Amino acid sequence: MPETIADIRKVTKIYTLGENKIYALNKVSAKIEKGDFVTIMGSSGSGKSTLLNMLGCLDLPTSGKVLINNTDLSKLDDEGLTSLRRNNIGFIFQQFNLIQTLTAVENVEIPMIFNGASPGKRRKRALKLLQRAQLPPEYADHKPNELSGGQQQRVAIARALANNPTILLADEPTGNLDSKTGHGVMELLRELNQAGTTVIVVTHDPRMEEYSRTTIRLQDGEVVNENP
Amino acid sequence: MRIPDPLKNNMYAELARRNLKRQAVRTVLAAIGIIIGVIAISSMGILGNSLKLSVTDSFSDIGDKIIVSPVPGEDFITDKQVDQIKKVSNIESVIPVISGGEIVEYKKGGTTIQYYVAVYDIKKDDLDKLADLQEGRHFKPGSTECVVGSSIAKNLDLKLGQKIEIDGSNLRVVGILKERGLGFDINTDSGVFTSSEMYGKLYPDADEGYGTVIVIVKDIDKIDSVMKDIKERINKKDELVTVFATNSITESLDSVFKSISLFLMGIGSISLLVAGVSILNVMLMSTMERTKEIGIMKAVGASRRDILKMFLLEALFLGVIASTAGAILTIGGSYLIMSLLVKNTSYLFTLSSMFYVVEGFFFGIATSLLGGMYPAWKASMMRPLDALRYE
Repeated sequence: MPETIADIRKVTKIYTLGENKIYALNKVSAKIEKGDFVTIMGSSGSGKSTLLNMLGCLDLPTSGKVLINNTDLSKLDDEGLTSLRRNNIGFIFQQFNLIQTLTAVENVEIPMIFNGASPGKRRKRALKLLQRAQLPPEYADHKPNELSGGQQQRVAIARALANNPTILLADEPTGNLDSKTGHGVMELLRELNQAGTTVIVVTHDPRMEEYSRTTIRLQDGEVVNENP
Repeated sequence: MRIPDPLKNNMYAELARRNLKRQAVRTVLAAIGIIIGVIAISSMGILGNSLKLSVTDSFSDIGDKIIVSPVPGEDFITDKQVDQIKKVSNIESVIPVISGGEIVEYKKGGTTIQYYVAVYDIKKDDLDKLADLQEGRHFKPGSTECVVGSSIAKNLDLKLGQKIEIDGSNLRVVGILKERGLGFDINTDSGVFTSSEMYGKLYPDADEGYGTVIVIVKDIDKIDSVMKDIKERINKKDELVTVFATNSITESLDSVFKSISLFLMGIGSISLLVAGVSILNVMLMSTMERTKEIGIMKAVGASRRDILKMFLLEALFLGVIASTAGAILTIGGSYLIMSLLVKNTSYLFTLSSMFYVVEGFFFGIATSLLGGMYPAWKASMMRPLDALRYE
C-alpha cells in the first residue's frame, strides 16, 4: 500500500468578488502518493493554481481539509505552516521568482538560511544543487537578470531543493520557456522524481502530461477525472 | 561601504546592505534626515552645555561657603557674633573680613594711574584659604606691605617690590594672587590685602567689627544645618544678620542651564522626529516595492520573525551609519565653529559635551528603528499568496 503524502478532502475555496461568489474549488478530493509525479491540468481559471497553493500551505481552504504528511493544515498556526513549508515543500514558479539582489548561489542559500544552516555548509550545498540542476558553474555568481529564462528556472529548482523537500510543487514551470528549454526543465523534474521526490506540476500544456504518472483534470473548480 | 568579514557571512546583513544600496538615492535622503536630526540634537546639547560651562567657569566657588553679612540697619558684625558663629559645629573655618573701597594710585614714569580697588583686612592664614599666591609672599603683620589680586597686577602692570599709593600711604607689593574668577564671598582678583595695622592707618574711623564673615563648612551636605544654626544663634531676638550659601546660586544656575539644554534639545528632537517620519516613509515604500520579494521569501520558508528581522536590520543599518555620520559631523562642525568664533574648544571635549553626542547618536538609531518598526511589522504580516501575486 503506497503512502499518501497529500490528502485533499472535499476542499472548497470561495472568492468573493463584489456580490458574486466564485468557486475556485468546489468539493475537490484527491490523494497523492509518495513518490508520484502528478500533473494538475486544466484551462486558466479552472482552480489548478489554487489547489497547488493549498498544497504548498500558501492558502487555506474555505471548507474541507488538506493533509500533508498526515498533518491537518487548518490546525497549524503561521509558525507551523512556515516550518512545514520550509522543511517539506519546494516551490517552482512560472516567473522563476528569484530575488534580484542576490546571485544565483545566494538565491539557493536563502531557504537554508531560514533553516539555520551555517554559512560554509549552505554555500557548499547550494553549489552542489546548482550542479545537480545543471546550471553551468560559471553562472553561480551571476545575478538573475544576467541569466536566461532556462538558467533562472534551474536556479529556482535548485532553490526548491535546498532543504531537501519531500514534495516539489511547480506552477507552470515551463510557461515562460521555449519548448526545448521547457523539456529540459521537465527532464530535470523527472530525474528528481526518480530520485524519490514527489513532484506536482500545474500546467495547461498537454505535452507535459507525458512526464507524469497521475493526472488530475480540473474544470471550473471540479475534478473532471482522475486516472491512476 | 565594506562590511567586516563576520558580517559578510550573515546573509541578513548582506541583504540589508544590498537593499539599501539598491535604492541608493532614497537611502541617502533618508540618511540625511537622520544625520540632520542627530546633528541638531547633539549640537543643541553641546551649545547648552558650553553656555553652562562658560558661566559656571567664571564662578570660582565650589559652593562650600556661607556668607554672613549684617542686615540693612546694622553696620557690622561684632566680635561677639563671630565667636557665636565659631561655636557652630561642622565649620572648617570662620574668616572675618574687613574691607573698604579705595582708589589706588600708581605712578609709572610721569603719569599716575588710578584704579578702584577693595582693600581688605584679612588675616594671612585666612587669605590662604580663599586664594593662592601666584608669586611673592604674604605681607608681614604690622608692615606696610600688601598682596594684590591678579587683575590689579595685570591692569596696573605691577611687579613685586613696586609701590602703590592708597590715600596718601605707600604700600609695597610683596605678593600677587592667582586669578580666581568671580566669587560670591570676596573678589580676590581686584582686592588689595594688607595688615590690620596698615588697614587701621588707612581707615582710622573704621567700625569696630566686620563687614562680612565667610564661613567654610567641613561637609557641603551639612551646609543647610550650619546655616540654620548660625541664624538661630545670632538672630535669636532680632534679625541681625543675613546668611547666604554660595551653593544656592550654583544650584539654581545648574537647574536653569539644565532646562535651557533640555529646551534646546527639544528643538533638536523635532528634526529627529521629522527624520523618523521620513524613515517610516522610505521603509514603507520599500516594503511595498518588495512585496513580491517578501512573498517569495515566505514561500521558500521565511517566518514572520525572519521578515521582521530583515527589515529591522535594514533600519538599524541606516540608523547606525547615519547616526555615526551625524556624530562625526557634529564634533567636526562644533570644533570648527568654536575654534573660529569663540577661539576656545575646551568646552567641546568635556565629558558632558560628549555625552550629548552619544545621546544624539543613540536617539538617531532609536528613531530609525522606530520608523522601521511599522513597515517591518506590516511586511511580516503579509499573507504569502497575496504578496506573491503582487505586481
